[in-house]
Amino acid sequence: MDYKDYYKVMGVERSATQDDIKRAYRKLARKYHPDVSKEAGAEAKFKELGEAYEVLKDPEKRAAYDQLGSNWRAGQDFQPPPGWGAGFERRGGTPDNEADFSDFFETLFARSGSARRSASGAGAAGVHLRGQDHHAQVLIDLEDAYRGATRTLTLRMPEVDAQGHVVMRERTLQVQIPKGVRAGQHIRLAGQGAPGLGEGGAGDLYLEIAFNPHSLYRVEGRDVFVDLPLAPWEAALGAEVQAPTPDGLVELKIPPTTAPGRRLRLKGRGIPGATPGDLYVVTQIVLPPADTDAARAAYQRLQGEFSKFNPRAHLKQGAKA
Amino acid sequence: MSTSDTAAPLCGIVMEEQVDISIDDLCAVCRVERTQIVHLVEEGVIEPLPALGSAAQRTQWRFSGETLNRARRAVRLQRDLELNAAATALVLDLLDQIDALRRSTQA
Repeated sequence: MDYKDYYKVMGVERSATQDDIKRAYRKLARKYHPDVSKEAGAEAKFKELGEAYEVLKDPEKRAAYDQLGSNWRAGQDFQPPPGWGAGFERRGGTPDNEADFSDFFETLFARSGSARRSASGAGAAGVHLRGQDHHAQVLIDLEDAYRGATRTLTLRMPEVDAQGHVVMRERTLQVQIPKGVRAGQHIRLAGQGAPGLGEGGAGDLYLEIAFNPHSLYRVEGRDVFVDLPLAPWEAALGAEVQAPTPDGLVELKIPPTTAPGRRLRLKGRGIPGATPGDLYVVTQIVLPPADTDAARAAYQRLQGEFSKFNPRAHLKQGAKA
Repeated sequence: MSTSDTAAPLCGIVMEEQVDISIDDLCAVCRVERTQIVHLVEEGVIEPLPALGSAAQRTQWRFSGETLNRARRAVRLQRDLELNAAATALVLDLLDQIDALRRSTQA
């Protein structure tokens, strides 16, 4: 398992005060919070930061971590010293996201604590508690939202084993992704969360939907946008062209004198549903390169025919000075 | 405990497609106490459905399924950045503006 340098993650010295640590956490948390930052890898950074802060903000955990010494380097292969964990009492509840913490964290801080917790909980007679709800994000393709799909998910969840220890176990679930689902929506799978204690039922599993970025389409709520390049003569004279949609190609009539950036709406061709979204085809005009004599001659003929055409006529008024 | 490897795919409910959800549903999904949801309503971060309105008993509040996403974002921001309800309202409004700007530069 890799050693984690929590001080380095938070960008503070080993001698930092609790106030320094809190300030550093706040500053970095604002920067990398996944609901705020669009930076690639922000979520991973935020998780790492949360783990580091979980340890360093708690004087007891920090002292235990400091005991390991300062000679370790981040990423170095790490084994806990013999007898580790004896006499280390873990207080308070489990934060939401602890299941996501690294093996390094689990080994140092979680295992002893959770074993104790479950020993006092699961075995006790007459205790009935509903299991926790779990949340996970599912990435799907836009096409899956048009047609529905089946996804196989692998989730890491804490479970109580035969000896009463809490262990991280991988679960594989097959989940039906319903047609018409949109980014940001939640699918509830009843009873698929953490098991309850005693006769308490299992919690639920909530899956939050997100779309993989698509090379062709942009999605806004129910509506889908696609850029459609046109040759200058197609835009000028009108044409019938094929346009891609997540449902397949459609024949599209381009009206004469179509300007670039014009949105052609295909009603109801967005994400399906009781109120289906629309598909917007955004026109672009692509110039053929003038890289042969024939091509240059063609542009020159065009120039001759349009000798009165001045695309900058409207700029003249403001530019007299 | 082996709920894994189910033969038939599991079918869930899309929360947002449900007509409405109760304040207790919202608390359960966000894992917060009712008072925290009440604060979010008071700051206008989320709104109960108008049928009953804020004049109704808080225990009877119903929310549109679409509220779920916003409420979860709000709760995450509050917890992770230690914000109060008013600051959360401001952050979410600014994030909405950034989203709108980003979309308009993309199109």
